[in-house]
Order: sequence, then C-alpha cells, then structure tokens
Amino acid sequence: MNLETAVRGPDAAIEGPPGRSEPAPVPVMPVPRPVVTPSEPAPAAEGGGEITIKGLSVYYGGFRAVRDVELTIPPRAVTAIIGPSGCGKSTFLRTLNRMHELVPGARVEGTVALDGIDIYSPEVDPVQLRRVVGMVFQRPNPFPTMSIYDNVTAGLRLTGRHKRSELDDIVERSLRRAALWDEVKDKLKQPGTSLSGGQQQRLCIARALSVDPEVILMDEPASALDPIATLRVEELIAELRRQYTIVIVTHNMQQASRVSDRTAFFTMGEERAGYLVEAGDTVKIFTNPRERLTEDYISGRFG
Amino acid sequence: MRTIAMGAAFLCAAPLIAVLFFVAANGISAFSLDLITKAPRALGIGGGAANAVVGTLQMVPVAALIAVPVGVLGAVYIAEFANRRSARVIRFCADVLVGVPSILIGIFVFTFLVLPFHQFNAFAGSVALAVIMIPVVMRTTEESLHLVPNALREASLALGVPAWRTVLSVVLRTGLPGILTGTMLAIARAMGETAPLLFTALGSRVVNVGDFGRPMDALPLFIYVNARQPVDALNQQAWGAAFLLLLVVLIINVAVRARSWGQRIG
Repeated sequence: MNLETAVRGPDAAIEGPPGRSEPAPVPVMPVPRPVVTPSEPAPAAEGGGEITIKGLSVYYGGFRAVRDVELTIPPRAVTAIIGPSGCGKSTFLRTLNRMHELVPGARVEGTVALDGIDIYSPEVDPVQLRRVVGMVFQRPNPFPTMSIYDNVTAGLRLTGRHKRSELDDIVERSLRRAALWDEVKDKLKQPGTSLSGGQQQRLCIARALSVDPEVILMDEPASALDPIATLRVEELIAELRRQYTIVIVTHNMQQASRVSDRTAFFTMGEERAGYLVEAGDTVKIFTNPRERLTEDYISGRFG
Repeated sequence: MRTIAMGAAFLCAAPLIAVLFFVAANGISAFSLDLITKAPRALGIGGGAANAVVGTLQMVPVAALIAVPVGVLGAVYIAEFANRRSARVIRFCADVLVGVPSILIGIFVFTFLVLPFHQFNAFAGSVALAVIMIPVVMRTTEESLHLVPNALREASLALGVPAWRTVLSVVLRTGLPGILTGTMLAIARAMGETAPLLFTALGSRVVNVGDFGRPMDALPLFIYVNARQPVDALNQQAWGAAFLLLLVVLIINVAVRARSWGQRIG
C-alpha cells in the first residue's frame, strides 16, 4: 500500500470497529518492485517511497530541536542518519511517520513529501500514514501479552484489515523476510517476550513488515543488541534494502558505512538546534566528505 | 526510640491478628452450612443468613458492573488522554472520595434513589457500593496503566493502529492483571461496607432474589442487626456471618496480593 491509496483509495480504512466486512481487501503481496542495485537508487518517477524534505524545522514547545533540513531520501535504498548525541537524529526520524507529534507541544515547520504527497497536509491521517511508513525502535518492544504469531499479525488484526485465512501466510512471509522463520516456526504460540533480544528485534521487524509498508524507519535498531545479534540485523537490512525505503538512525559509524547507500550527517548547532551538515553517497561521505565537520566526526575527532 | 517504634509497629499488625482471632473463636462454632442455605425464620428465632448471603451476592456484582466500567474508563482518560492539570484534579477528587465517610455516601444516594420512590431498594444499595468502589478501581487501574511501558504504545501507534484501539488492545490488555487486582480489592471492600446500605438497601429478613426495587439484606447488615438483639442465638448468628464475611474478604485480599507480589507487568 502506498500513501496515495492510504489517503484517497478505497481501502483507506476508516477508524472504526474492526470487522470482517472491510470492503476492499488490502493487497497482501507487495507490488513487484524492480530490482535496483544499491548504488543506483530507483528514479523518483517509479515511486514507491521517495521522501523529499524541504525546510523542515522541528520544535518541542518553544525549543527548536532540528532546523532547516533539506534532504531527499531515495526509494528502495538505505539512508543512514549519523551524528553525535543530541543532534536531533531520532527527532528528525520521528517526523517522517508523524510519531513526533505524539509528544505534547511538538510541531514541525516545512514539508515532508512522500511520493509527492505532503504528509503534514490536512488530508493525510497520521494513522494511515503510519501504515505506509513503519518503524522499528531502539529497544525491542514486542507486545508482552501476545504470542509470536499474534505479535506479527497485530498490525493487521488491530486495524481490522485482514482475512483470517490470510494470516498464516502473512506470518510466515513476514517472519521469513525478517530471517526469523526457521528459529520460531515451531513455537509460534509462545510469547514474543520468550525470545532472545536479537530475535525480539527481528520479530519487531517482522511485525513492521506485516502491514506491507513502503518505508521503514529504524531508530538505532541494534544499539541494545550484542554483536552477533547486531550482525544479523545488519544482514537483514541488506536483504530488505531493495524492497523498502529504509532510513536508519545509528550511533555507530561502522554500521552506517556497512549497511547504507546514502548517509546524512547531522550535528548540533547554535542554541542546541540540530541541523543537517551534508548528505551524499555513503562511500563519498566516509572517504571524501565535503565539510570539515563531517570529516572530523567520521575520523572520531568529536562526537 | 527503637523500642517504642518497634512497639508501635507491633500495634500496627496486632489488630488484624486480634480481629482474626476473636472472630474465628466466636464464629467457627456458629458457622454451619445452615447459615448459608437457610433463611431466617419468619417468626421466632433460628434459621440462617441466606437472605444476607444472597443479597451480598447480588448487590456487590451489580455495584461492580457499575463501578468497573466507570473506574476503568476514568483511569484510561486520566492516564492516556487528559492533560496534566485535569488529570491531577480528577485524581485528587478520587482520593478525597475514598476518604468520605461511607454513611454520607449512603445518605447522598438515599436522597435521589430512595426518597423519590418512597421505597428502600437494593439498586440504591448497589449504587452506593459502586460509589465506594469507583475511586478504588480508578486509582489502581491508573497505577497499572502507568506501569505499561510507553514503548508498547509507540509500537502499536507506529503500526498504524488508531489510538482508541491501542488503548483497548495493547494498554488495557497489558495492564489487565493490575486492573483485576484493583477490581477484586474494590469488591472485597464493598462486601464489608455497612453504612452505605443502611439508608438504601435497608436489609430484610426475607431472601430477595432479583427484586432490586425492594429492600435486600447483606452480610454486614445482617451482622449489624443481629448483633444488636438481646438474644444469644441471634448474636451467635451474627458471629457466624462475621466469620463468613471475614473469610471471603480475607481470601480475596490474600489471593490478590500474593498474585501481585509474584508478578508485576506481563
């Protein structure tokens, strides 16, 4: 599902009691997407998750946390957001699925366009938007009252967009994509919290994939994991990179250089407002950055 | 200092032990199956407390039926939706309501559910008990909702689940053990309340099944009435009923608290 259908299409599910009377079934399989090599992001014309950010400033009440971001995030590629603590990386990420506005007093200026539609325009329902722009959090957060199976299907069940007969297939497909199927296929009824931390995080990725988003936001998804679990998550990102637009915030520069096609470097400026220093191909940012600040950060001189 | 404090600490625990001891000592001999199954004799002395047992078993669940939805939804409002100031005002009111003498709640309900109908009735009794229960349910529910990690709300909202559904299926579901604890404690509290029923359900020597428009008995009322009579047999019945009430309330309390010791959230 893309934002266009989410906002205007027939299956733009109205917030209402879940029911099986949902008129238009949501396509379960993603639309076949052209295979694109990571270094050649698909052109915007082919759609499917390009994000264009213009003049974006983010506020918490009177405090400006991020200012004047101009950035284009290419579709079906991994964009890493790096920068020192407090530079607004996570805040910026959370403006892309409007999770940021859940904080009282939070607001944004500027535009964030997903495939040409400004996600902050009045006609966009943030609930619908979040079905297109999924999110994986820093700490694995499976629902503790739900089984592995129910965790994966939560996004569909709780939005009333499913046929019972389809759920088994969706669970298997989502868990396979999250590289977790073989480890959990025999214990789908066990609680999601019974898994190890790394497995829980992949379960959360499977949960995000189950609603078939176009964009996946990852907020330091491996920072709470051990090195082996981190490696598995990174491998997973590498596998998903051609099917989804992935934006990953990371503290870890090696991780950014390993998993991403593009890198955006943020830092904290005057009055503690974070801003985008530069963005470009990951190889270029890590070998030959344009800005002195970037070079200093990459080479470990601050941050 | 230490000795005095220790003595005071002992005095904190002693009443419970003493009450248990005296009620058990006097009540066990008066306690029998007849007490639960038989109604008081229409004339004379004898029979059991079935009128009270049946009354409590009706009025308390009806009270819970009123209090639990109100208390839980109220808690959902202040824990999930309200701004800080209105949450504080409502929380304050609930805390004060807990401290309002329960006989005043009885009189308050009397004025608008008994006086207009010129009839003491069990429904008024249930409403009065519900007023006692509501703040207990609300505060315990609120506490347990605050214990639900914010990460779970975010996880749900980020999946495109609407806020109301997130509250229902994730937040309330995760806080359910705490909500059940609060509900059981409120039920135990309501079972033992006497004063709110004096002006509402009034009490009755007849087993009243299902007629909420008429007076109905309850265990505490039964104890109150029978303990005042100058007849040993009736006093004995009061002890038996007291033992029964204590047993039920104690079991609920111990079971609930043991459970919440064993597990927190999840």
